[in-house]
Amino acid sequence: MLLEVRGLTKSFGGVTAIADLDFDVPAGLVYAVIGPNGAGKTTLFNLLSGLYRPDEGRVRFAGEDLTGRAPHQIARLGLARTFQNLQIFFNMSALENVMVGAHGRGRAGLAAALLRTPGLRREEAAIRRWALEALAFCGLEALADRPASALPYGALKRLEIARALAAQPRLLLLDEPAAGLNDTETLALQGLIGRIRDQGITVLLVEHHMGLVMAVAERILVLDYGSRLAEGTPPEVRANPAVIAAYLGGEVHYAVE
Amino acid sequence: MKRLRGWWLLAGVLIALPLLFPNNYYVTVVGAAAALHAILAVGLNLLMGYAGQISLGHAAFFGLGAYSSAILTTRYGWNPWPALGVGLVLTGLVAYGIARPVLRLKGHYLAMATLGFGIIIHILLVQTGDLTGGPDGIGEIPPLSLFGWTVDTDERWYAVLAAVLLLVVLLALNLMDSRPGRALRALHGAEIAAGLMGIDTAAAKTAVFVLAALSAGLAGSLFAHQQAFVSPDSFNFFVSIELVTMVVLGGIASTWGAILGAVILTLLPELLVVFEDYEVLIFGAILMLIMIFLPQGLAGGLRELWARRPTHDGALPPGPPASLAPPGPPAPGSGSPPRDKAAGTAPRDRAIGSVPRDQATGTAPRDLASSSPSVSQDAA
Repeated sequence: MLLEVRGLTKSFGGVTAIADLDFDVPAGLVYAVIGPNGAGKTTLFNLLSGLYRPDEGRVRFAGEDLTGRAPHQIARLGLARTFQNLQIFFNMSALENVMVGAHGRGRAGLAAALLRTPGLRREEAAIRRWALEALAFCGLEALADRPASALPYGALKRLEIARALAAQPRLLLLDEPAAGLNDTETLALQGLIGRIRDQGITVLLVEHHMGLVMAVAERILVLDYGSRLAEGTPPEVRANPAVIAAYLGGEVHYAVE
Repeated sequence: MKRLRGWWLLAGVLIALPLLFPNNYYVTVVGAAAALHAILAVGLNLLMGYAGQISLGHAAFFGLGAYSSAILTTRYGWNPWPALGVGLVLTGLVAYGIARPVLRLKGHYLAMATLGFGIIIHILLVQTGDLTGGPDGIGEIPPLSLFGWTVDTDERWYAVLAAVLLLVVLLALNLMDSRPGRALRALHGAEIAAGLMGIDTAAAKTAVFVLAALSAGLAGSLFAHQQAFVSPDSFNFFVSIELVTMVVLGGIASTWGAILGAVILTLLPELLVVFEDYEVLIFGAILMLIMIFLPQGLAGGLRELWARRPTHDGALPPGPPASLAPPGPPAPGSGSPPRDKAAGTAPRDRAIGSVPRDQATGTAPRDLASSSPSVSQDAA
């Protein structure tokens, strides 16, 4: 298992956001987490990426215990993510944003940077190349030199994915990548997620767009009030009576699909 | 050499000025003071402009460097060079010591903490009279000398300070165009995302804080030898505010902006002396107008004007409209301490230290450090 979650619990002032949650994500899959608003999906992502500390429970990632590690340490282990509310570096160009994504693949320190040593120059060239590759992979190469603040919303969503990919992660957490996208963009995103998986990167996807989830996910975890309502392949989840009950009339996307 | 085009231009200007205007007060005296201020502003801009961490106590590091050199050379008879080295080590250690606890704070709280630090250092300089000479300061600081070349004239000081400025600017440009430099800008842009990109944000902030302090310490040591005299009022709160004003006025997150801000804040009071009693008033009004009409600072504002110049076919060149530009520093910039008019007659007393405390007013720019939205907003 690439990711093993055991007994994960987190509450905020008496409200339990994640309650004794267990699940496993095997390597090489697109694994979706769905559930109504407030089910704890983003809390789960924040726990996995180290922004929150769990009250109880453990997360193991690629054999390493993540509990108590800082976000930057977790990132260096090969876990990258995007954000539901964009977290773009608006003070930089698109290319520089993605170059920051490759931060963990570089070694250059302050002294090398100040003196601009030959080693640093080589590393800078490599980081630039990786970033351009990631931008091209996400179809953003034409926008590389634009300031991030001048990019349209759809491009910013893809820029976050490119930035995460530049880290060469083993696990990519996508937090509602389709939110705010139109149908064409969502279809393109579907293709992009498939190509990411084909690169051997495991994808953990939180998404409300059921059409997208059903099309790309190989396994689905359904959360409700922070616990596991169901888990399985898309057909299994779709046929699960508990899931149907929880979603009945509740989810616009599901009704539309 | 495209990357360093601006640096070569700066070098050219710094070399050309004394050749074009020999024995000119505005070049050698005001120019040397501007270069010193620019060293301070470029260093502070690394911390404030690029990494987005405000410091209202930067003059403290300027003072630590100056007093280290002053005390070691006058009281203990040290050669100025090892004294400068010890001053840098001391400044770096103090900065490192306070960086971790202080830089956990954000926005207004960080401003308050650095303000407190600056005040503490100032009080220490005043109160430890046996060592520092108290409010009277330390005089008769020996001049620097380099292989028998004694730096004892305005021209020579101009040369030394211009050379050090070029060095500091080169290092700053190198840093910002590199992996550690991008990490600093990233934590300014979105600190949480920066952490999730594998950036140890606490370590990065500490490093840039120490770096900014070291450049201030270096400037302090040079200042002490240049003035041959130091007193606590050259390193008080208002000096810190003036440094912040230079960075914000010139254009935050731009090394060229910091230099421009330093030059203007050095030059403007000189030019306004003709207005006598209204000097301070006009100075304040100019600062306000700049910040109202060029909220990106001078460097950013001029760049935008250049980008919007009419082209041959009359169309505007593409560029992001101002509303899409990254949230710049709001910076009311109302406060730069006015200069002591009396000091205007003393040729070598042109550095920011000559600001009289009672005349100076200043407000801090708003919350430069908290531009990234909190994660807790998207908690499920």
